[in-house]
Amino acid sequence: MESSERPAASFEEAFQLLEDVVGCLEQGGLSLEETLARFEQGMHLASRCLQLLDDAELRVTRLLADDGLQSGAELMDLESAAD
Amino acid sequence: VQVFSVAELALFLQELFRFNPTLNDVWVKGEISDLRRSPAGHFYFCLRDDTAQIKSVLFRGTAQRLVELPQPGCAVVAHGCLDFYAAQGACELRVDLLYPEGVGLQLMQFEALKLKLEQEGLFALERKRPLPTFPHRIGVVTSDGGAVIHDILTVLERRFPLVEVVFAPSAVQGERAPGELVAAIRRISQFRHEGQPIDLVILARGGGSADDLSAFNDEQVARAIFACGAPVISAVGHQTDFTIADLVADVRSPTPSAAAELAVPDRAALRREVRAMADALVEGTEARLAELRGHVASARQRLLLASPMAAAHARRAELLDRLRRAEHALALSLQSHRYRVESRRLQLQALNPLATLERGYAICYNHAGLVVTRAEQVATGERIVVQVARGELSGQVEGIQERADGVVGAARRQL
Repeated sequence: MESSERPAASFEEAFQLLEDVVGCLEQGGLSLEETLARFEQGMHLASRCLQLLDDAELRVTRLLADDGLQSGAELMDLESAAD
Repeated sequence: VQVFSVAELALFLQELFRFNPTLNDVWVKGEISDLRRSPAGHFYFCLRDDTAQIKSVLFRGTAQRLVELPQPGCAVVAHGCLDFYAAQGACELRVDLLYPEGVGLQLMQFEALKLKLEQEGLFALERKRPLPTFPHRIGVVTSDGGAVIHDILTVLERRFPLVEVVFAPSAVQGERAPGELVAAIRRISQFRHEGQPIDLVILARGGGSADDLSAFNDEQVARAIFACGAPVISAVGHQTDFTIADLVADVRSPTPSAAAELAVPDRAALRREVRAMADALVEGTEARLAELRGHVASARQRLLLASPMAAAHARRAELLDRLRRAEHALALSLQSHRYRVESRRLQLQALNPLATLERGYAICYNHAGLVVTRAEQVATGERIVVQVARGELSGQVEGIQERADGVVGAARRQL
């Protein structure tokens, strides 16, 4: 499947592509093969978008003053943020 | 000995005034006297106390921005720069801020900084950057722990958890606050993860009294915001007064939660949008398929009409039709021929000598077998044969009477 082949596609990319595909189809004039290919591609993208929205978990990195930029990064979660 | 011309000396003085940091940016308190307003709208007056006076000017454009206009006899604190006015050989204070005496020093400093940064273009609208539609990485600068970071993370988690948050904690009040804020903003601005920078910054602080917000009115903090590589949303948590940080920020929001709402799109709305696009996809595809089906049907129709097969079919039908008509015509013609043949046969039959015999005539043959049509063809005593319709009679000629016509008739009469 396309979605499992390219899991790196970000939400923004997938959403933008989906908009393009829908626009392309709405503009009309595509051949049968193109129409079906676009349909399939668009459906993959739509489910990819929904999947990304549903599965996402907020990642928080702490950037501390004393350490170096990258090495000072450490993960924290919502609960510890409020401590 | 160096001798100046007057103009040279005036120029020297002008440069002296302009490049002196104290005279450039000076606060002076005094009383307003000799106030007059020019037709162009500028104010000219003297600031004086018991022993001295300084000429002052307040230009119309600057005056429009002031809350209080100069009034004669008023004790004021004015801010501006001193300049040497060569044409009149006098020095002059160009006023850009004017307050009644007794106003707080902090407010005066705030207004002076605001004026300075505004003139430098730090608040310019053209410079405000748009926020990204789908930010990947958001930097947050605020105090560690407490409600503000919690509120921001809660909103981001609910609305758009696809985003990554880089949190740079900093003191937001007290003496250390300006320095820590500047450092935190710089860390955020320089942060890279796999080469990717932060694409949006939230600079936040909870609500507090005006004194507590002083760090957000700091000049270095303002410059750090201005220099930040990503657009900055300020949420300094004070609804009524704008801090300098609010003015420099690309977007100002009233509270930290509101800043987080502004920073990211809403997941629920995005789901609806994606579903709507999927619907549009299905509809668009169906419409296109119906259209293509229509094209095929009409093309097929036109193909059938235009193809050689169609021409052959038409030709065949025409031929069959012709053939049928030809057959019909032939049949008619045969019938008429048959009819004519029959009628000829009947005519012929009428001419047949045998038919004549049927009517009672006879044929006479002489002894040589020749038909006798004239009496002289036979001799008396010659044997003859007489043919009748059914059978033959044989006999002998007994006598001959010659006549030019009607021999046969005569012979018959004799027989």
